Amino acid sequence: MRGMEWFGALASAALVAVLYVALLVAPEAVGEGAVQRILYIHAPSAFAAYGCIFVAAGASAVYLWKRSPAADRLAASAAEVGVLMCTFVLVTGSIWGRARWNAWWTPDPRLTLMLILWAIYVSYVLLRAFGGDDEEIAPYAAVVAIAGVLAIPAIRVSSRLMRGIHPSVIAPRDGGTGLADPYMRLALWGGAVAMLLVAAWLVTVRTRLERVEREVRAVRRAADAAEGVV
Amino acid sequence: MSHLGYMFAGYTVVIIGLLLYVRRMVSRLREVDEELHELRRRLGEAGPHR
Repeated sequence: MRGMEWFGALASAALVAVLYVALLVAPEAVGEGAVQRILYIHAPSAFAAYGCIFVAAGASAVYLWKRSPAADRLAASAAEVGVLMCTFVLVTGSIWGRARWNAWWTPDPRLTLMLILWAIYVSYVLLRAFGGDDEEIAPYAAVVAIAGVLAIPAIRVSSRLMRGIHPSVIAPRDGGTGLADPYMRLALWGGAVAMLLVAAWLVTVRTRLERVEREVRAVRRAADAAEGVV
Repeated sequence: MSHLGYMFAGYTVVIIGLLLYVRRMVSRLREVDEELHELRRRLGEAGPHR
């Protein structure tokens, strides 16, 4: 577990360093106010969410192909962390929207598709938690994970093809310059690296916990059977 | 709420969310550990009678 502790310490240190740059070093965007700094946690959370969901879908495809329990455990863990990151995206976006648009929510295509992605993966996590036996539920959960990942390209396409009000900072449209200051870019891209590290660490720890939990469940079933408990 | 308040609310949600998730994993790890002890005890008790 020593390697896991080092990994966790590295991810935490990266996050703290990026928070320092985002909150205290990067200059405030002209006319945006302090709330613009939410971008440095909102967009990195989105990168981490996409990363986790791609891993969950990829591992689910491997599971369906090879019936590998390790791939299934990875998919379950990555999906759970992906839901956490998606929740951060939606909540921080909503807080920013309340400050800038005076509305917690607006039916923008990108926001709506992100909510759909979150809902699909919440249903995945609920299916894993309450669906019954791990081995029986795994193929159905894998199909949900693979179907759910299609929302990510839909989010990308919707931001290009459909007129929405979600700002486009990273790939500026309409002649925008994006983030001009190098510390702003450091806060954004450093934040993305830090959140991806944190997500990778959480997925790794969660995958190990999932393996131990499944082993304990199997031993308990064997012990119950040996004692004649139904 | 001022813009500064919204900014702190956003960062607080993420930090608290991450800490709660780690805490949940630690508590699940403890539960698994307790269950392992229970299973060892049960298997230890069952062993000599079989």
